[in-house]
Amino acid sequence: MSAVVYVPMDAAALSVGAEAVATVLGQELVVRGIEARLVRNGSRGMLWLEPLLEVETPEGRIGYGPVGPADLPGLLDAGMMQGAPHPLRLGRVEDLPWMACQQRLCFARVGVIEPLSLSQYQAHGGFAGLRRALALGPAATVEEVVASGLRGRGGAGFPTGIKWRTTAAAEGSPKYVVCNADEGDSGTFADRMLMEGDPFTLIEGMAIAGIATGAEKGFVYIRSEYPHAFRQIQRAIHVAHEAGLLGDDVLGSGQRFHLEARLGAGAYICGEETSLLESLEGRRGQIRFKPPLPAIAGLFGKPTVVNNVISLASVPWILANGSQAYRDYGMGRSRGTMPIQLAGNIRRGGLIERAFGLSLRELVMDLGGGTATGRPVRAVQVGGPLGAYWPTSLFDTPLDYEEFARLGGMVGHGGIVVFDDTVDLARQARFAFQFCAEESCGKCTPCRIGSTRGAETIDRIIRGERVAENLRLVDDLCEVMTDGSLCALGGLTPVPVQSAIRHFPEDFDRAALAAAAE
Amino acid sequence: MRPPTTAPDFDTERVRAIANELASLDGPLLPILHAINDRLGHVDERAIPVVAEVLNLSRAEVHGVVSFYHDFRRRPHGRHLLKVCRAEACQSMGCERLVEELETSLGVPMGGTTPDGRLTLETVYCLGNCALSPAVMLDGELHGRVDAARVGELLLRAGR
Repeated sequence: MSAVVYVPMDAAALSVGAEAVATVLGQELVVRGIEARLVRNGSRGMLWLEPLLEVETPEGRIGYGPVGPADLPGLLDAGMMQGAPHPLRLGRVEDLPWMACQQRLCFARVGVIEPLSLSQYQAHGGFAGLRRALALGPAATVEEVVASGLRGRGGAGFPTGIKWRTTAAAEGSPKYVVCNADEGDSGTFADRMLMEGDPFTLIEGMAIAGIATGAEKGFVYIRSEYPHAFRQIQRAIHVAHEAGLLGDDVLGSGQRFHLEARLGAGAYICGEETSLLESLEGRRGQIRFKPPLPAIAGLFGKPTVVNNVISLASVPWILANGSQAYRDYGMGRSRGTMPIQLAGNIRRGGLIERAFGLSLRELVMDLGGGTATGRPVRAVQVGGPLGAYWPTSLFDTPLDYEEFARLGGMVGHGGIVVFDDTVDLARQARFAFQFCAEESCGKCTPCRIGSTRGAETIDRIIRGERVAENLRLVDDLCEVMTDGSLCALGGLTPVPVQSAIRHFPEDFDRAALAAAAE
Repeated sequence: MRPPTTAPDFDTERVRAIANELASLDGPLLPILHAINDRLGHVDERAIPVVAEVLNLSRAEVHGVVSFYHDFRRRPHGRHLLKVCRAEACQSMGCERLVEELETSLGVPMGGTTPDGRLTLETVYCLGNCALSPAVMLDGELHGRVDAARVGELLLRAGR
């Protein structure tokens, strides 16, 4: 058997030179007459170590990283293909603290297998969930997902099984399954990593959703900023259709499920489920009034399950291992695991899948190692551009939907963006309004107009004009936006703004402080 | 002043062929506009009535969709397209300084195209490379942990 060496093709790994590493490695192997199979895997999620190269050895997979093309001759001279010592050698990848502390259910195969190899997918437990769903039948499959306690991982945290139950019971035909892969929140990349590193898990989850709800057609709506993920899902859908895992006879069950990948067109609002449906139908991505719920009248007015990538990709494990096994992870009403993404100004950034309950301190300081710049951490924003800014004094808060909500924040899609002490929270608050103004679909007034007025008012505060009065005005505006907006964009833009004001008041009074100092 | 890149002659039949090719999809408008945008470099004003006719929509409906989405361009971009991420994760790693440096060194503001038509500079909110900020995308290729010097190298390698 020839040796096997892995070089990731994940977009993040490519962004720091993985393609050049793979090319040079391929040439070096030929020149040196080394017989080896070069596998392009997904990323393990230790993004500060990318490009992370792995070699299969009798002791397991040995990692080297970060590897640049120029390191390769030296690595090969040192005996990398046998897992030999070298300054870049990291040891067994599974034993690295970052990996060893995780509970990877959804991401179990990401970075491990060749993403488009169905045989490897099945060898690592793939399609066990779909087979069990086919054996259980639709109603029992829905109840299994309900019992697991899985909540929407896209941000809203609505119980996935309840959505499925509603669609299954709804009158109307055809029904649809739509995967929301419009991962627009800054600080998040879990959907992207999963789609690039293990696309069949998403496909399997969608097929299960189709069988459970009676939908025979599915769409994956992927943002256009993710060209690599889009191509990967397209290839995976093709492979799955060819192999009879999708199509008119899913795994020989006689059930139909067809899947299509669709590209977004650069609109953040299309991550909101009703805007996404409008966009899929070929219209402006303007949100719809609810009710009716998409589960009852969604795509083309038909009953539609709309779930996030990670929600759907969690389902195969739940079906394969049982709802109780999934429920055993987590705390309170936050059951199961959550892929957490450490991002921004962070020394060790990447993806960690763990049961709910880790504190921000454990995540940012212990696992993440503090800031990349080496300066003190001052704030983190959790849950994307609509999530709260947290001061370090709240770092003992455990990651849990209810705990975060109690303190005025949200888990969202699990992204944590770290800022050092050079951050100006007044500017971040202004950006929250500006972003809302740029991305508003324009349907409701609080969002469309309020966002612009908000940015202008924060500008006045930054300039030191009638600060107390303008802060009251911002507060009032935030109340209107929270209560009066039609969707989460306008409704949650006040969250980053008000958390910044509450936890970092000194940043909103800099002009006065500067004047007093003179 | 001459526009930076001259628009090619408009090919009605090519647009019609693209629209016909994809018209049978469920919700075909976005895939059609993407295909026009990709293959012809932009969505020309003159494409709108052609697409509207194939799909039996009003021109206003098609215009509304074209103008809603950032991706559909009304005129061609430069020979190279550099998207700079300016969302929160990249902000935390100094993307605004990077933007200033690029605007100065390239002599073009964000959203603009260099006078020689070589490069268009654009803002993007999140490329999903948030653990390796600041991130940019040059001609569809993602790059992480960049600074102005690194972007300069990338542009040099991209050529004319």
